[in-house]
Amino acid sequence: MNTFNSIPAITFTDVHKTFKDKEHSVLKGISGTVMQGSLVMMVGPSGSGKSTLLSMCNLLSAPDEGSIEVYGKDISKWNISDLRKKVGIAFQSAPVIDGTVRDNMMLVQKLHGKQDIMPEELCALTGLSPDLLEQDARDLSGGQRQRLSLARTLSNGSDLLLLDEITSALDATSAHEIEQLISHLHKEQNKTIIWVTHNLDQAKRLGEEVWLLMNGVIVEKAKTETFFHAPVKAETKQFIEGAFL
Amino acid sequence: MSSLSLIFTIIFVFIALFLSKSFRIGLEKDIIIASIRAAVQLLVIGYVLSFILDANHPAFMILILFVMLTVASQNVVKKKKQGFKAFFRVFVTLFIVEILTQSVMLGLHIIPATPRYIIPVSGMIIGNSMILANLFLNRLDAEVNRRRDEIQLILALGGTPQQAIHSILNAAIKASMIPTVESQKTIGLVQLPGMMTGQIIGGADPIQAVKFQLLIVFTILASATLSCVILSRLTYPTLFNSYQQLIREHT
Repeated sequence: MNTFNSIPAITFTDVHKTFKDKEHSVLKGISGTVMQGSLVMMVGPSGSGKSTLLSMCNLLSAPDEGSIEVYGKDISKWNISDLRKKVGIAFQSAPVIDGTVRDNMMLVQKLHGKQDIMPEELCALTGLSPDLLEQDARDLSGGQRQRLSLARTLSNGSDLLLLDEITSALDATSAHEIEQLISHLHKEQNKTIIWVTHNLDQAKRLGEEVWLLMNGVIVEKAKTETFFHAPVKAETKQFIEGAFL
Repeated sequence: MSSLSLIFTIIFVFIALFLSKSFRIGLEKDIIIASIRAAVQLLVIGYVLSFILDANHPAFMILILFVMLTVASQNVVKKKKQGFKAFFRVFVTLFIVEILTQSVMLGLHIIPATPRYIIPVSGMIIGNSMILANLFLNRLDAEVNRRRDEIQLILALGGTPQQAIHSILNAAIKASMIPTVESQKTIGLVQLPGMMTGQIIGGADPIQAVKFQLLIVFTILASATLSCVILSRLTYPTLFNSYQQLIREHT
């Protein structure tokens, strides 16, 4: 049971974003709060702005209008490096740098001169076999790469994890293992998690709260049970029934 | 070489044109333009150099070096989007390379401080640096696009833009320098360099020609490395904004 979820971890206030090469706005006034220690699943059709919103939380992209606060402080006022250590992100592509799995797990040490958790411990934490540490990181399977990606993010001591479709390219078994890992991190380590996914069953299984984004706006955000069984908006009902997939 | 002999060299242009036409390569127009430009430019520079060497005044020499730097910089950035800023970065790079290499050569009395030596050697240094700058910028662009995820990964972990781009800059520098280094490995075995060939044909002692060629070879190696390193340091900050984001936006 979580004991920290009364403090806002991230607060979005009327966030807008337009890309120069797009004809329309990607985000049109997003507002909402993610409480510390909660697990929010963000769902919506492709191009609805989910990944853009996620990338703004650690300033990999910046809002044109509106504000985003992390632990009560506007992201533009954070030291950028501190913010990105605090708010870790794992990408769908799970990129790796040239070198071994260990090199990748020691990347934070290389960048900052120190890291909170060492490779052997990260292996135990993420369920990655220590036998893989000296293997070339590019030879890992999709599931192993995602575990490595999560391990690297955790090595930074991030309190807040942003997960961008991290299981969408994985087979069912690997996806299930990653789900268990995330669930464990959430429950045992009180990590605050925002998870962008296209998989509604996954959102239903894991989410404490679900946000539906469509065309750059939040259509509905509600507790998972309410979202799936008693949605308020007609679009939510249609989305759950597969009308926009 | 007599003027008649020079006219006969046009036969080589006709050979290129004939082959381009016969095999439908489609380079006829470019071959004609390139040949005319080469002839006109070389004749003009020949007369200009004659005038400058006769005048033997530093002002003329500085003027022609400035023209060389400007044309070379413009040539590198002609297809780039950033316009004057990109031109300025390349100009500064070539200028620093020219100053550093000439300082060593003149400071150590490797070559006499006269326009007869400074201008041709500068032409080779600036010309080679121009090619390297062009190769480097194209390679950097390709590497940034190819390894975009890696850059984002390092930024996302709180790394600085310099840390995020470091290995990419090195890869681009290495790839740009390979032709220079490789050609130097086979120099004298496969090809006799243009300047040395010209000197020997002109009646110079081959050993003396080799000495000058070695000077050029080593200077080109240094100028190539300098060009890439300086340009990389001037260029990489333009890939990021003040929020340490990779500038080209994504969805």
